[in-house]
Amino acid sequence: MEAHLADAIKDTADGRDAEAILRTCVHCGFCNATCPTYQLTGDELDGPRGRIYQIKRVLEGEAPSTATQLHLDRCLTCRNCETTCPSGVKYGRLLDIGRAAIAERVPRSTTQNLQRGFLRYALTRRWLFAPAVRIGRALRGVLPPSLRGKLAPARDAGRWPRASHANDAAPKRVLLLRGCVQPALMPSIDAATARVLDACGYAAIVAPDSGCCGALDFHLDAQAAAAARARRNIDAWLAQLDAGAEAIVINASGCSAMVKDYAHLLRDDPLYRDKAQRVVAATRDLAEFLPKPLQALAAQPRAPLPETLHRVAFHPPCTLQHAQKITGAVEGILSAFGAELAPFAEAHLCCGSAGTYSILQPEFSQRLRERKLENLQRANPAMILSANVGCLGQLEPAAQVPVRHWIEWIDTVLQLGR
Amino acid sequence: MNSRPAGSARDYSIMNPSVATAPRYDADARRFVLRQALSDVLPVQCLLTGAEETTPFECDGLSAFRQVPFAVALPETEAQVRDVLRACHDLKIPVVARGAGTGLSGGAMPHADGLVLSLAKLNRILELDPVACTARVEPGVRNLAVSEAAAPHGLYYAPDPSSQIACSIGGNVAENSGGVHCLKYGLTVHNVLGLRGYTIDGEAVTLGGAALDAPGLDLLALAIGSEGLLLVVTEVTLKLIPKPKIAQVVMASFDDVVKAGDAVAAIVAAGIIPAGLEMMDRKATAAVEPFVRAGYDLNAEAILLAESDGTLEEVADEIAEIERVLRAAGSTQCIVSQSEAERLKFWSGRKNAFPAAGRISPDYYCMDGTIPRKHLGRMLRAIEEMEKKYTLRCMNVFHAGDGNLHPLILFDAHEPGEWERADRFGADILELCVALGGTITGEHGVGVEKLGSMCVQFAPAEREAFFAIKRAFDADGLLNPGKAIPTLARCAEYGRMHVHAGALPFADLPRF
Repeated sequence: MEAHLADAIKDTADGRDAEAILRTCVHCGFCNATCPTYQLTGDELDGPRGRIYQIKRVLEGEAPSTATQLHLDRCLTCRNCETTCPSGVKYGRLLDIGRAAIAERVPRSTTQNLQRGFLRYALTRRWLFAPAVRIGRALRGVLPPSLRGKLAPARDAGRWPRASHANDAAPKRVLLLRGCVQPALMPSIDAATARVLDACGYAAIVAPDSGCCGALDFHLDAQAAAAARARRNIDAWLAQLDAGAEAIVINASGCSAMVKDYAHLLRDDPLYRDKAQRVVAATRDLAEFLPKPLQALAAQPRAPLPETLHRVAFHPPCTLQHAQKITGAVEGILSAFGAELAPFAEAHLCCGSAGTYSILQPEFSQRLRERKLENLQRANPAMILSANVGCLGQLEPAAQVPVRHWIEWIDTVLQLGR
Repeated sequence: MNSRPAGSARDYSIMNPSVATAPRYDADARRFVLRQALSDVLPVQCLLTGAEETTPFECDGLSAFRQVPFAVALPETEAQVRDVLRACHDLKIPVVARGAGTGLSGGAMPHADGLVLSLAKLNRILELDPVACTARVEPGVRNLAVSEAAAPHGLYYAPDPSSQIACSIGGNVAENSGGVHCLKYGLTVHNVLGLRGYTIDGEAVTLGGAALDAPGLDLLALAIGSEGLLLVVTEVTLKLIPKPKIAQVVMASFDDVVKAGDAVAAIVAAGIIPAGLEMMDRKATAAVEPFVRAGYDLNAEAILLAESDGTLEEVADEIAEIERVLRAAGSTQCIVSQSEAERLKFWSGRKNAFPAAGRISPDYYCMDGTIPRKHLGRMLRAIEEMEKKYTLRCMNVFHAGDGNLHPLILFDAHEPGEWERADRFGADILELCVALGGTITGEHGVGVEKLGSMCVQFAPAEREAFFAIKRAFDADGLLNPGKAIPTLARCAEYGRMHVHAGALPFADLPRF
């Protein structure tokens, strides 16, 4: 597509990237077909092709208003369009550039700024978020429906495997992400991950100085804050990798997608560029890491699964299937352990969680959740499984069947056999 | 027609004298009146007027032709469509209907003083009758969504344009779209039983019905492929057909494009009607293979994909026969798909060929003409000569079975003069189509793109007959004005340019 960028941005790194991306787009419109928001509104402005046009216009020097900002805010960054695009347009990257350009030109209202600032602050600080979740759960009955719809009842995390395993003579060790929201909201996921890794002969350790991956900041126009979190994690992890940890294994696909982006995020930082590449090379989503270690366990004879576990529907998060292009890995593991996978329509579509999107764009988020649950539940699964805390938190409060991380399902199945 | 100087590049009034009778307001006043009229019939989020929100609608899938519209309406109900049309009719505002905006002839390119009427919000499947094998859908429903909804009943909708993932049924009706499988199962016109719509003055029209034929003139066939010039469709009844038990595809390599072209003619001459018979040349396979990894033979000068569907026995026999004919015609390698996954993989490259051109060239111009099958080889040789003449590359993707060509001319819109050369290159191909006994459009429509070529194909008296039909539906010429049928003046201009072929006068003017 023809694009003539404004002088102010043309010769910057972002400008060069944007122009190259714009020129790969041939305006075919295939992307609209799999864009969740275009399915909701049928408005070109709420589809990737129209958003690319709006971004192009701003980069060409036209003044944007809150109208363009709204249509870009409505994007879930699910990157379904990138999976669909035959021309290889890097839409996600162009959107980041476009959002940054618009953030400079269109001031947000005080309410919006407060809301976004509060989310960045509160969700990433466990000392604040964990008690807030506990209070919220205690008061669940009297919460307004909008908040109640985001809080599922707590479930028991169970015990972590004994720490002694980490001190074995020749321990195989992997690093888990310390995370932000997940340990407070669903501590059972990390505990189950540690138990399954333990069963495979790996000790799971958490680097004390690591923290949130930075995705929350990054997608709320705070890219510098995200980079600062990345540096902190890199320092914490490199020490452990040097000490013999095999990999950084991440059980939230939103976070693994973000960490794999560290090299790009810090590409202009001479001190961290190479370190970031090392970290990225060592990072695996849990779905990438586990198939091999689990092989031996999957091959062991096992009694048929109870009805509550047998037929499952796996909702692949966008950060898994579109951002990381990991498809079929989890399904393969589940089948190997005897699950019957329930096929359902529109498996490629986002559930509407998309990080803080569910809070900032509640109407679209809820409509997408209803659509996702309708498709999932029509397949009659005994349980819905997913691979990212955001999707789980989005689906669980409104689902009619249990919603779990797939590693919790594996953990349960392994415990049945004991 | 308005305050613009006569002869301005964007002034359409010369092509459509009847629009010139519209009341003359200045642009702001017209915008104000139109917004008043439409805000009475549309919710606020369904009407876009400022440049910030209307510019993304300035083109369809053919982005070389652009025009920012006066306003965009996105009705949510059939009643709103009717009311919008009535309002525009009263105010003499031109209306350009738009589906998914995937068209490749600029058929949905807006009018500078007109309204874009997007039907994308009307995207419900209203009824699917697995016993009668019909689906009643709104125009914004995606082509592929129909087949997906019909799949649990073992049915599907046969026409499958390459853009089927995104293109809408309304757009398919306007353009009479075909696709890979139209060789055996027909175009849109053969797969639509009936439709409902509105003329520009808001009068409801029902054409066809649930049965195969309707009394009186076959206006349904007239409406299908009328490129938004006659009416706006709001509901379509589609024919669904049972999914064949099995389908297999043969992928054949050729070391020479002419041999591949002759092989196509040989298959049909042998009495076989494949479910699909497609050809891609070496440049096309090289462009798509990195994206789809379909396993195309990148050393072949051309590959053919020939599909057979039906019962197990039928397919086994037909595939063997196709293979025999292909080998006799000089194929260097034949691979038969061994699974449904492999069959879809072979096709995926063909389905993604157009946009994948974006991987090897910043811009591409997709042509659409037809020729008698026996001339495929000759046409390919001629295109090679034209590549030299215009110093542009061209990759070729053909619905070879029905002689429908889709040469993709690669160019860079940033290089001065390249688009103009691509445009002339395309016109040359179409002229050769006519000379070889074919037509200037197989399935993409005329739109704005092929107005000039229409002058080559049709005589003045024929074009006047087209205008007479247009006037019978739309006396004021408000529906998609300036598209599909060139005026006498337009053809005179095209003829003059012809004299200086290669040295385009006023090369900086977009030509319509």
